[in-house]
Amino acid sequence: MNLKLKIWRQKSQNAKGAFETYQVNANEHMSFLEMLDVLNEQLIEEKKEPVAFDHDCREGICGACSMVINGRPHGPNKATTTCQLHMRFFKEGDEIVIEPFRARAFPVIKDLVVDRSAFDRIIQAGGYISVNTGQAQDGNAIPVNRDCASKSFDAAACIGCGACVAACPNGSAMLFTAAKVSHLGLLPQGKLEHTSRVRNMVKQMDEEGFGFCSNVGACEAECPKEISLENIARMNRAMIGAVLTSE
Amino acid sequence: MKWLFDFLFKSSIGRKVVMSLSGIFLMLFLIVHLLGNLQLFINDAGMQFNLYTYFMTHNPVIKTISYILYATILLHTIQGIFLAIENRKAKGQSYAVSSNVNKSFFAKYMIHLGVVIFIFLMIHMYQFWLQMKLGNLPMVNYPGKEHAYKDLYAPVLQVFKDLPFVIFYVISMLILAMHLYHGFQSAFQSLGLNHKKYNPLIQWIGILYSILIPFGFLIMPIYVYFIQR
Repeated sequence: MNLKLKIWRQKSQNAKGAFETYQVNANEHMSFLEMLDVLNEQLIEEKKEPVAFDHDCREGICGACSMVINGRPHGPNKATTTCQLHMRFFKEGDEIVIEPFRARAFPVIKDLVVDRSAFDRIIQAGGYISVNTGQAQDGNAIPVNRDCASKSFDAAACIGCGACVAACPNGSAMLFTAAKVSHLGLLPQGKLEHTSRVRNMVKQMDEEGFGFCSNVGACEAECPKEISLENIARMNRAMIGAVLTSE
Repeated sequence: MKWLFDFLFKSSIGRKVVMSLSGIFLMLFLIVHLLGNLQLFINDAGMQFNLYTYFMTHNPVIKTISYILYATILLHTIQGIFLAIENRKAKGQSYAVSSNVNKSFFAKYMIHLGVVIFIFLMIHMYQFWLQMKLGNLPMVNYPGKEHAYKDLYAPVLQVFKDLPFVIFYVISMLILAMHLYHGFQSAFQSLGLNHKKYNPLIQWIGILYSILIPFGFLIMPIYVYFIQR
């Protein structure tokens, strides 16, 4: 299948970027990233600079692939990362516009690669359990409510790809931070540090320059792991409680 | 109390709590305002309405609440404008291709709707509130009452008999409905009140509220213009 690609090219963080148009011949069994590999081979053969894009596991679990395809983070399919998006969902002759994630806190480093280290710093601020939680048998010795375990697991599915920030008209990182807060705070081992974790992670999130949540819901709709807005409400609740009751 | 100030005006979640609580207070006010104004439908040349406006401007409890109300309107507006400006900065460059799929439509335009509502409010308060407070309204006497009352009913009739103003009020109320539609549900989410059991209830009450309240207000100018002669 012949495709026309309009790709954002930007040499470095401070350079001015622009769209460039390419023709590529892909087949329908390729993943979106494999289609870009074909384009890059073509560019290398033509002695041109290949398109820089983030990728790692290519099986939908690492959260590295980050790009906005025709206005949607990770492309048109629901609950699908870019690497799991296949070319059979496009048609012969389609024009595909590919842009980097856009948010002040995610500056473009090169072409489609953005700096998502702000997420790392949010995790460093509290996305962990500081005590040794022991071996598997120790975990099994603590009774966990089935409902809490499921909700925690659902939140833990977050791969930290940043599609929520990319989709949000405010560039807000509330869904990511809330997923981490819920994932840890719903389990007994994580509950102990729940209040300080919420405060520290939200503080770091604010310092990184992410926007505010206006309950638009674009994050939930575009999340490849279908993290629910319910988590944001849980974080709001926890934050209000932490501020009102902490000493 | 620095912790409270920091939370309400510096923390991202706290600032949304301010929007939520002030919004809820304003929504409660709208109910009282609508119920009071329903007295315009009584066919008594505005007597009940004028007695009511006298009570609302002289009762010390209501007067205190009204000052809280003015402060809340300013707080909700100013905080909202600041949030919108910072949100725009946080987004940075926008996409060449934008998709509006799966997004709550009105959520994106809350600031635009809100600014229009604030402008409406200024005109509305000039037309009625300022006339009641400082204007030279005609005085009317009612049998069995000791003193004369300001006739606020007169400017209400005058404004609502003016077609451009009738259209202005109706359009403003439609814009208010859109703002309330997102605002009602959003207020609960910002406070962390999201629960599978109660979400449908919040949603339905929100839809009913955002239709009934503006509708109640907008039939007043239409009633006065077309029916009350």
